[in-house]
Amino acid sequence: FIFNCRTKLKPTYHTWHEKVANVLPNNVDNNSDVFKENADKMNILVENLENLINKIVLGGGEAARKRHLERDKLLPRNRISRLLDNGSPFLELSQLAGYKLYTDEIPAGGIITGIGCVKGVECMIVANDSTVKGGTYYPITVKKHLRAQEIARENRLPCIYLVDSGGANLPQQAEVFPDRDHFGRIFFNQAAMSSEGISQIAVVMGSCTAGGAYVPAMADESIIVAKQGTIFLAGPPLVKAATGEVISAEELGGADLHCRISGVTDHYASNDEHALQTARKIVETLNLSKKPDLLIKKPEEPLYSASELGGIVGDNLRKSFDVKNVIARIVDGSRFEEFKELYGTTLITGFAHLYGYPVGIVANNGILFSESALKGAHFIELCAQRGIPLIFLQNITGFMVGSSAEAGGIAKNGAKMVTAVSCAKVPKLTVIIGGSFGAGNYGMCGRAYSPRFLWMWPNARISVMGGEQAASVLAQIRKEAEAKKKGETWSMEEEEKFKKPIRERFEVEGHPYFSSARLWDDGIINPADTRKVLGLALSATLNAPIEKTRFGIFRM
Amino acid sequence: RRFFSSIERKPLFDKILIANRGEIACRVMRTAKKLGVKTVAVYSEADRNALHVKMAYEAYLIGPAPSAESYLNINKIISAAKMSNSQAIHPGYGFLSENPNFAELLTKENITFIGPPASAIMSMGSKSESKDIMIAADVPVVPGYHGINQDPQFLKQKASEIGYPVLIKAIKGGGGKGMRIVNDPSEFDIQLESSKREAMKSFGDDQVLIEKYLLTPRHVEVQVFADMQGNVVHLFERDCSVQRRHQKILEEAPAPGLSDEIRMELGAKAVAAAKAVNYVGAGTVEFIMDNVDKKFYFMEMNTRLQVEHPVTEMVTSTDLVQWQLEVASGNPLPATQKDLRLEGHAFEARIYAENPANNFLPDTGPLLHLRTPSPSPNVRIETGFEQGDEINVHYDPMIAKLVVKGQNRTEALGILKRALNGYEVVGLNTNIEFLKSVVSHDAFIAGEVETGFIAKHNEELFRSKETPPHVIIQASLSLILSELQNITNENISPFDPFSPWTSLPFSRLNTNHVQTIRFYDDKEGDINVKMRFNNDNSFDITIVRGGLNPIVFKSVLGSWNEAEQQIIAEIENHRVKSHVILEKNSKVVIFDNEGKRVLKIPEPSYLQSKLADVAGSIKTPMPCKISQVFVKPGQIVEKGAPLVVLEAMKMEHLIKSPTTGKVEKIFYNVGDFVEENKNLVNIVVEN
Repeated sequence: FIFNCRTKLKPTYHTWHEKVANVLPNNVDNNSDVFKENADKMNILVENLENLINKIVLGGGEAARKRHLERDKLLPRNRISRLLDNGSPFLELSQLAGYKLYTDEIPAGGIITGIGCVKGVECMIVANDSTVKGGTYYPITVKKHLRAQEIARENRLPCIYLVDSGGANLPQQAEVFPDRDHFGRIFFNQAAMSSEGISQIAVVMGSCTAGGAYVPAMADESIIVAKQGTIFLAGPPLVKAATGEVISAEELGGADLHCRISGVTDHYASNDEHALQTARKIVETLNLSKKPDLLIKKPEEPLYSASELGGIVGDNLRKSFDVKNVIARIVDGSRFEEFKELYGTTLITGFAHLYGYPVGIVANNGILFSESALKGAHFIELCAQRGIPLIFLQNITGFMVGSSAEAGGIAKNGAKMVTAVSCAKVPKLTVIIGGSFGAGNYGMCGRAYSPRFLWMWPNARISVMGGEQAASVLAQIRKEAEAKKKGETWSMEEEEKFKKPIRERFEVEGHPYFSSARLWDDGIINPADTRKVLGLALSATLNAPIEKTRFGIFRM
Repeated sequence: RRFFSSIERKPLFDKILIANRGEIACRVMRTAKKLGVKTVAVYSEADRNALHVKMAYEAYLIGPAPSAESYLNINKIISAAKMSNSQAIHPGYGFLSENPNFAELLTKENITFIGPPASAIMSMGSKSESKDIMIAADVPVVPGYHGINQDPQFLKQKASEIGYPVLIKAIKGGGGKGMRIVNDPSEFDIQLESSKREAMKSFGDDQVLIEKYLLTPRHVEVQVFADMQGNVVHLFERDCSVQRRHQKILEEAPAPGLSDEIRMELGAKAVAAAKAVNYVGAGTVEFIMDNVDKKFYFMEMNTRLQVEHPVTEMVTSTDLVQWQLEVASGNPLPATQKDLRLEGHAFEARIYAENPANNFLPDTGPLLHLRTPSPSPNVRIETGFEQGDEINVHYDPMIAKLVVKGQNRTEALGILKRALNGYEVVGLNTNIEFLKSVVSHDAFIAGEVETGFIAKHNEELFRSKETPPHVIIQASLSLILSELQNITNENISPFDPFSPWTSLPFSRLNTNHVQTIRFYDDKEGDINVKMRFNNDNSFDITIVRGGLNPIVFKSVLGSWNEAEQQIIAEIENHRVKSHVILEKNSKVVIFDNEGKRVLKIPEPSYLQSKLADVAGSIKTPMPCKISQVFVKPGQIVEKGAPLVVLEAMKMEHLIKSPTTGKVEKIFYNVGDFVEENKNLVNIVVEN
């Protein structure tokens, strides 16, 4: 529309040019063979992902689900839907947690976490899935629960715990109980968040045994479902063993006891639906109002379709693509105010809007040189100064190597970017859209740099270096050692035999499913959903005020 | 207008008072306004915001809601007429329209009563006197006892002489009040007592008459009009056979299946009847007609403008209210008999607040949603209510009259069907759907009308059809989309106006949201609807009903228009559009091409009353007043024994014992007002 009009209409305002000058052009030929092949490859990856997730969202096995429903309980995902406002999005976290991690299958790590709207308030929902191993906590379950709390705390999101769990998984107790970031940390976080004014609400919809009893007990307000929910430090078998007392679970820690006598819970619900309704009412009384400290504009959809991202990117990390074509399919109106367009061109920096919120974008368009790193550091400083959230689109094999790079101070220039990324207090969101290798991961706000959220595309890979490079490096070292020792040289076949398992191992361990199963990220997303996911997450981060940044020393 | 030939006409009144409410008050005011006559309304406390009050030039409050204290309060009405300097009073129908004392009092107060002289009202008001007059005037009458001996034993004997079934009627009665059919001598005593009680309450006179009850009768009546100069004309007949609870619901003019000969004879006898009592103004002579031999007998004369007068207006191109004003002003009739011509065919459907499925018991409640077909020269809507008004327990439950005209009966019936389809009422039960099934019934289409029509075709008229899938889909979409819109509007914050949290409905990561909606239909049981929200904003909808295979509809699109309360859906390439009203958060009411459909949303169990129903308890079927209690606590009652008489909508209802047992508790006393669905009596079944 804009381009057609420009030729026909005489611009009468100088703002006219402003409105068109920042629109990214469409450089993508979606009829080319390369595009089509890329699109096919990405479609396969996305289909595979969706099939897997659609299996995971079912939760435990059919028998367990049936048992659950027969007891008049809602399945955990239906509980969440009932809790949320009708139509609210649910930004689920780490759906692949626990995927192929244990010999047992633990769909979604046995716990569903994510952000959704309750009475217009963005809340962190943490829901045990008792159809998965009775809702017991595996190590990954604990990690996922703690990650949800971390997100809630950083972004000041009220927490609603839908508790239905048998507590720590006993055979795994050593990996669940003792350490700092183990089970006890859940309650530490509840206390800490409560002290910071982040509401903690617990809905007891099943058992809440031993340590689990502290979830409702530590909550600001708690609800219990009659005939379903129980809370006790020790269940009937343990009580019998300890004191000989014979008592039913309901008498020991049911809704009547806790609402009428002990006061452990505040609200009595006759069923799941009632309890969730009550939780909604509680959120309504929180007296919260989100006031983003940003200059918000009216959003525009991107000019170009997000469905073309697959065709642009493909699944082969060795094939490069222009990241501006990716940005053009994510940001409002495909408008991008580029910063230092002509300098350090392997890193793209600039301002844009996402659902009307201003953002700064840092995106890789090749390997990082000193100039690119300096440019990146400068741009991050700008965003931190102006209080503009940052989005990192990561596709990086690393910083430049070699004598001239080292002599040019690539180490200290890279360090400047890492310092800037580490210190910037504005919300940082990272999407790994391709490779995430080596120190590039650091400069581009990898997991260790605490972005508020981090996602991967299904084509992405993450490792200290690429599998091929790793195999070559190790082969090189081995070859030299062998040569020194025996004076022999390797045949091509021998070398390949050595390299193959290394390559394969890196391929497995660098795979996004492998990463997501271990919670190195917050989830794998369909490239076409990137705008949506970034928008929801960015909006959620704005529940917390944007703090002033104090940078550390930049080595000059 | 075309009938006026004389230029020496007396002027009409400057101002008249309408001693009535509802549609008839509005109807009278419309004509008065057209003729430049100012109108004065009277109203009760319950009618402060009623349409007739809004339409009037001025209005006077005449008392509290019960009609005995307001619309029947003669003194208040006369004083309102004096205060407003009204020259005449139009009584409408019901209330004071056939009260000779009122007519007489007005004459004394020098206010014109727009109606017949008190003497004519009196003569025709008494069933026995009117019968004698008719016999003298050679008008055929039905065999019966019309005497003054009211001894129950004597009346019972007379009934046996006439032969069962017989009809007990209040002598002063009308509108079915105080009327009882007795099929068997064993019922006679209780029905007599009930009739007398209702007659006393309604008319202040408990005299009754006994008549032969015809088995396949038709109700045919003739509109007559007389002036002070002694001219009497008839405006042909109406057939009002289709009745329930002895009250008309569908009227038409002319009566189907009559030869011109019979038509002329009917007219002549009606004119004779009017002349016999020196009648002035608008009146209706009612006949009962045998559907086979077309013989007719005089039943009664109604000395007022009747509810169904518009059908006559439609086929004679007259304005009978205008005629009334002319006659009351002393002008001769605007037309002579030979000027009057039948043209076309007209129907009137009375839209009542009632529940046909529950024995047509009257209903009360708010008109939450009211949409009528568009009026045109062929479609008239006579109503006194607007959306938001309430039909209450104090007055007649008629919401509106839908009057249509066509060139012939078939055409008129087509127009009536379409108009009924366009009539939407939510908030209370109405007979609209029932009327539709009557007018679509083959026997009605064939003109085979009789007073027993509804009873005869009961089964077909009440046959229910399974809710079609597209209705269920539209209900589901309306529920989801309207709530979505409301919540989104509520959630949009001025500080964060474009949040994606309010613009990405049902968004899920790598999967799709599925929502299950449960409806409940009284006849079909549970209907579960699974709605999968697709990425392109369409829904995949699966309908699961008990005992049936699930039906799947892919990629259904829907959009909700809040202002119009309308859902537009695209279901399998078929675009459908319906009005949908979400009633009290418990029902979804859909009006599509085929009419009204109601799907209930089950109340969550946690909201349901914890008090379980007491076994053997008897509940009020509608809001009512207790008018008689027959039993005492501790009394042993047989199954079917009379327990309590309720009064609602000015009708009496007898509550019988559902079982044999001991009366444990009676919850109310005579005179108490009781809401719907309250326990009346507890009966304990004893072994």
